[in-house]
Amino acid sequence: MAIEVRIPTILRTYTDGAKAVDGTGATLSALIDDLESRHAGIKDRLVEPKGEAIELRRFVNVYINDEDVRFIGGLEASLADGDQVVVLPAVAGGAR
Amino acid sequence: MLTIDQATVDAIIAHAKRDHPDEACGIVAGPEGSDRPERLIEMVNAAGSPTFYEFDSTELLALYKQMWANDEEPVVVYHSHTATEAYPSVTDIGLASEPGAHYVLVSTRDWAEAGGGNNQAPVEFRSYRIIDGEVTEEEVVVVPRLASV
Repeated sequence: MAIEVRIPTILRTYTDGAKAVDGTGATLSALIDDLESRHAGIKDRLVEPKGEAIELRRFVNVYINDEDVRFIGGLEASLADGDQVVVLPAVAGGAR
Repeated sequence: MLTIDQATVDAIIAHAKRDHPDEACGIVAGPEGSDRPERLIEMVNAAGSPTFYEFDSTELLALYKQMWANDEEPVVVYHSHTATEAYPSVTDIGLASEPGAHYVLVSTRDWAEAGGGNNQAPVEFRSYRIIDGEVTEEEVVVVPRLASV
């Protein structure tokens, strides 16, 4: 068993076009590192530095089993085999 | 080139007027790979702002799951500018994340300056491709209805 990660169109350049890839990790942070080991470059599109640490990019949404991870621990949100992860860039903009 | 039917154009403009002075936003979905904007989905602007729009994250997921279940994709991503022209801002360009979509911008500025309501001042309706930070305006062809498949 693994964790299925749904990849948005704009990030499929890192997955050879695949709409979904499998990964492993006990937390979202660990999962992202695992993805990075096979899909180099993807991590930088998901997280950004915040001081010494990293955080999820403001305009990237990640969901674990349909829950926005911002409400369940962010990068420290826990994961288990069989979980479904969806990555979706925000649809946002404006005249400002 | 964006080919879109009159009823969808009218609905997008009506949405923009209704939400003025806040920005209105939404998507027109269509079958994957078809380039046909068939199904309009008005979204709530979670930012509720005259200068910014953002789909609510929970509604965004629900929308995409529905499109995936229907083998659809976002053919058009639209939003309004309410005090400036219908041209992508630096923010719009930086956040554009659907390289396959037509980015439609409408401007309610002239309509609002003419008094809003039922006045017939034109609402700018323009379409762009936004890929890797590069904006290309494209022709908009409005048809009575989309050709049958």
